[in-house]
Order: sequence, then C-alpha cells, then structure tokens
Amino acid sequence: MNILVCVKQVPDTTEIKIDPVTNTLIRKGVPSIVNPFDGYAVEAAARIKDRHPDTKIVVLSMGPDQAKAALRDCLAIAADKAYLVSDRAFGGSDTLATSYIISETIKKVEALEGKFDLIFCGKQAIDGDTAQVGPEIAEHLDLPQVTYGLEAQVNGSQVQVKKEVEDGFEILAAQMPCLVTFTKPAWEPRYSTIKRRLAANHADIPTLTAADLPSIDLTRAGLKGSPTKVKGTFVPQKKTGGQMIQGDTSADSAKKLFAALNGAGVI
Amino acid sequence: MSLIYTEDQLSLIKMVHDMIEKEVKPYVAECDRKGECPDELFKPAFDMGLHMLEIPEEYGGAGMDYETTAMIFEEIAKVDAGYADTLVTTFVALRNVILAGTPEQARYFADTINQGKFACFAITEPGAGSDAGALRATAVADGDDYILNGVKVFATNGACASLYVVFFKTEEGVTAFMVDRGTPGFTIGAHEDKMGFRLSNTTELIFDNVRVPAANIIGEKGKGLKIALNSLNLSRAFISTLGVGIMQRALDEAVAYAKVREQFGKPIIKFEMVQGILADMAIKVEASRCLVNNTMKLMDHGSLVRKEGSICKTFVTDCMQEVTSDAVQIFGGYGYSREYPVEKLMRDSKVFQIFEGTNQIQRQTIAKCLEKEYK
Repeated sequence: MNILVCVKQVPDTTEIKIDPVTNTLIRKGVPSIVNPFDGYAVEAAARIKDRHPDTKIVVLSMGPDQAKAALRDCLAIAADKAYLVSDRAFGGSDTLATSYIISETIKKVEALEGKFDLIFCGKQAIDGDTAQVGPEIAEHLDLPQVTYGLEAQVNGSQVQVKKEVEDGFEILAAQMPCLVTFTKPAWEPRYSTIKRRLAANHADIPTLTAADLPSIDLTRAGLKGSPTKVKGTFVPQKKTGGQMIQGDTSADSAKKLFAALNGAGVI
Repeated sequence: MSLIYTEDQLSLIKMVHDMIEKEVKPYVAECDRKGECPDELFKPAFDMGLHMLEIPEEYGGAGMDYETTAMIFEEIAKVDAGYADTLVTTFVALRNVILAGTPEQARYFADTINQGKFACFAITEPGAGSDAGALRATAVADGDDYILNGVKVFATNGACASLYVVFFKTEEGVTAFMVDRGTPGFTIGAHEDKMGFRLSNTTELIFDNVRVPAANIIGEKGKGLKIALNSLNLSRAFISTLGVGIMQRALDEAVAYAKVREQFGKPIIKFEMVQGILADMAIKVEASRCLVNNTMKLMDHGSLVRKEGSICKTFVTDCMQEVTSDAVQIFGGYGYSREYPVEKLMRDSKVFQIFEGTNQIQRQTIAKCLEKEYK
C-alpha cells in the first residue's frame, strides 16, 4: 500500500490577531503549524498503516523552504518520506494553479516512490478555507474522489470511507487509486515518539522545482496562471458570547430559555 | 533561560510541553485533591516513550543523554512534579537493573516497562531511612529460591508498578531482588495520604513468605547498598531537575501575577520590595538549572556524581522551599488559597528535602568527600 498525503503549512489561526486599524492579519510572531485537517489525513493514513504494516506514507507540500517544518511534523507522526515542491514561478498560485502544480508533482513523486493507491488531503486549509485543492487534484489526475472523510479502511482493491454528511454519515466504497479529503474526526492525530521526532528533525527532504517537472505548463502556474482575482477582503463580524441558561431543573431551564427567546421576539 | 539549547532539544521540549499542557494540566488540580493520578493520564507519555527516554536503544529506549532527558523532565515538572517522578522512578529502576543485573534480567525488565508499565524501587523501611544499612526485611535461601519477608514504606509507584527492585538482608548482607507484581504473598499496603506531591503514588509493600527464584537477585549478593547508591545518585540528579521545574513554574506564576495585581494604583511588580523577591527567585532558579545541567553533563561523561549529585540535590531543594514560599508571598492571600496554583507548588516542594536521602545526609556525604579530597 502506497499513500500520499498532501499537507499545507498554515499560520496557527487560533493565535492570529487582527489589526483594528488596517483590518489586516497580524502575522508577526504567529507560529506555523500543519493545517489541522491535513493532520487528520496523516492520522487516517497512519491508521491504515497500523492494519497494513507494509504501507508506505509519503507527504508532499507546496510552499517556501520553511514549509519543511510542517513536513517534519508529519514525518514525526507517521510519514516515511517527504517532498517539498517549491519554485518562484509557483508564487501567487490560486487553488486551480496550486492543484495543477501538485498533480504534476505527484506524477514526478510516483516515478520515484511508485504509484499511489490513495491520495489523502485535508478538506480545506484553515487560512484560505476554500476546500478546492483536494477535489481539483483528483480532477487533474482523473481519479475518483470522496470528500469530507472521517475514517478510511482498505478492503482489497477498494477504500471504504466514512463520510460526514449534514444529518449523519455515509459509508462509501471507491476503487483505488482514489483521492479522499478528510474533515475533523472524533480523534486527534497521535503523538510522535521522541525517537521519530529526532529522526524527523534530521530527515532529508528533497525539494522539487519546476525544472524537475518536465511536463508542467508554466502558463498554468503562479500568479499569471491563476484565474482567481481577489477583489477585496473583509474581517468577519466578531461573534458575541453566548448566554448560558441554567435552571434548577431541565424544565426550569426550558422555561427560562422560552422566556428569553420570547422576549427577544424570536418566537 | 540560562542554558544554550540545541534545535533538537528545543523541538523535544516543545513537543512534550504541548502534550503535557493539553493532556495532563487540566486534570492536575483534581488529581491533587484526590491524591491519585489515573493510569490513562500516562498513556500519551508512554506513547512518546518518556518512561524510556535515557534507556539505551538496544533495550527499546530513546537512548537520550541525561542532559536532554533532564531538560524534558523539567518541562513536565512545571505541570506536575509527582507525575514526572512516576516516570523518573520507572526509568531509574530499569537503569538500575541494566547497570547491575544480567542482560536477561535487563531485557525482561525493559520489555515489560516498554509496554507502558511502571516500575518501583523500594529500600526504605519503618526503621531504615537514612540509615539504609539497618534494613530488617529478610531474604532466606531455600533450595534454588529465596523467601522474602518484611515491609517497605514510602515506595514510589508502590501500587501502580508491575516490576519492583527491592532490597533485603541476606546472609551476605543487603541484596537487591527483582520482584514481579502478583507474586504470591506480595501485597500492597497502605497508601500514604501526603501533604504534597500527591500525583506520585506512595505506598507500603508487604512481603509475607514471598518465594522468588535466586535468578531474581540483581548483581552480587551482599552488594545491594552499592547498587542502591548508584541508583540514588541518578535519581538525586533527576529529582533536582523536577525541582527546577517547580521553581520555574513558581517564578512564571509570580511574575505574571505581579504584573497584573495592582495596589496603590500600580502593578505590584513596580514596588522595589516585590522586585527584590522576584529577582531573588530568578537567581535561585537560574543557578539551580545551571547546577543540574552540569551534574547531568558529568553523568553523561560517566561520573558517579557522588559529591556533585549531593551538592546539586541539596542546593536545588533548599532553594525550592524559598522560591515556592516567595511565590505564595507574591500572591498574598490568594496564594494561600487552593484556587490559585502556587500553594500546591509549596506543598509539593517540602518532600524534596526529605526523599532520595535527606539534605542532612547529603551534607554529610559532601563533607565525607571533602575529607577524602583534602588528604
């Protein structure tokens, strides 16, 4: 079994503050982390490896050299090999260009590591929140895809995915090779062992550039190859704190809730 | 921070910090009230291999040097030193068997601990504390076996361990034995309801005609005290690093509080007498950390640190009393309340002057070493 997990390094948005004057993100001093949904994808791959020990997990990220730190975090948790794809020509890529570059890189990595039975992605990155790159990679590579996965199991030549839907979940099976995007499951990624952390710190992470991707069409990459134009940005309205209603009994709480909603003219 | 850390050390400290803050810290106050720490809180520590950090890789450990291991355990002790000591006691007992036992004993011990089990090292008896030679528990030869009888007290990890290193009197003198939990006749006695350090499990161990094979003897018969001393050298250095963790936490809490607590219209950190207290606390924390670090480096270079370990333990654990008491002083009335974290640090600190050899015994050891040095 050969699994590729695509990961992105993102600013830890729980630590981000917004400049009240300029309405822009204050990124200074904000730590970078593995996009949490990508972390769930790595853990999903690790769980398959727990059952099928001959599984190889490869992680791939696109970004500047600093993104290797995110790849090292994935190596520490479960991955066996990591690749970074990085080139000035890729700067400013939107989701379409990014997914195109990554799909071209996957072809190159497959030439080095063998064909991937499964490609896992987080459902979206917490900085852009587009949820487009994973599904677009599947389209570029002409692969079946399952989105909003919670868990994945391999049965013979198929992958069985527990998929989150609005009113519960569905169990879907797809022929491999297949791409799956993951949302937040009931568990957190495992902790790395001290030994794996140290090995990850010193692991060799090859950087692939445009020159390593012979079939890439650079007119489809970078700012120029990106059809998305940002017309403006805005800061989402701050959520106000909720109100806790606590009565002596459940019936008492319900009465208080009714009175509050009634008073607000909601019901 | 007074030390120069490598990138690897920083990454490991951060990794352990993130785990301990998330998985353990939220439960510490409740565990402290109850005087127990549930096994499941140790699962992430076992998963990371923190109970086998300094154990050689051939035995399944991480093969970490003592210096780095101490840095990591300081981080754990900032959240709870009793929790940290549960892990320290486990690897000290295992290290003892690796140093003094046969390769087969070491393998058996390591394989058991590696699965996520605790170990215990028990020498103290009701009538034998600092005077370890006054043991009364006996081991009498019976064919290829030994029959163990007696009571051990203040045994760290007494009720949670799977394997025990225990010291008994044999014909040849004090001898170390490896005892499995569940051996018939071996029971866990009373649980100590302690003033502090309450996440560390401390119990009596009762041996009533416990039969163990002679193959369970660790090292040479009659050489038990020397074996125990080598372990105590190691554990003394490690409890000192836990002491630095407690002190650093006390300082962190005190400075943060002094910056927000206002009296007479300004934060109390602006008052000279408060500044003096905080500065003295910082001096003691920094000096202690440097001393621990140097002791660890000496051990990494093979020194037994007989004198240096005693100096380190005594200095650090005496400083702890002052630093944690000062933190309570900075917090004023709130410091005396269990709602705030510093009274616990003060309670946790006292035992450090008592266990692993009282500070009075340490001073005696230091003086004996000096006497020899200045022949």
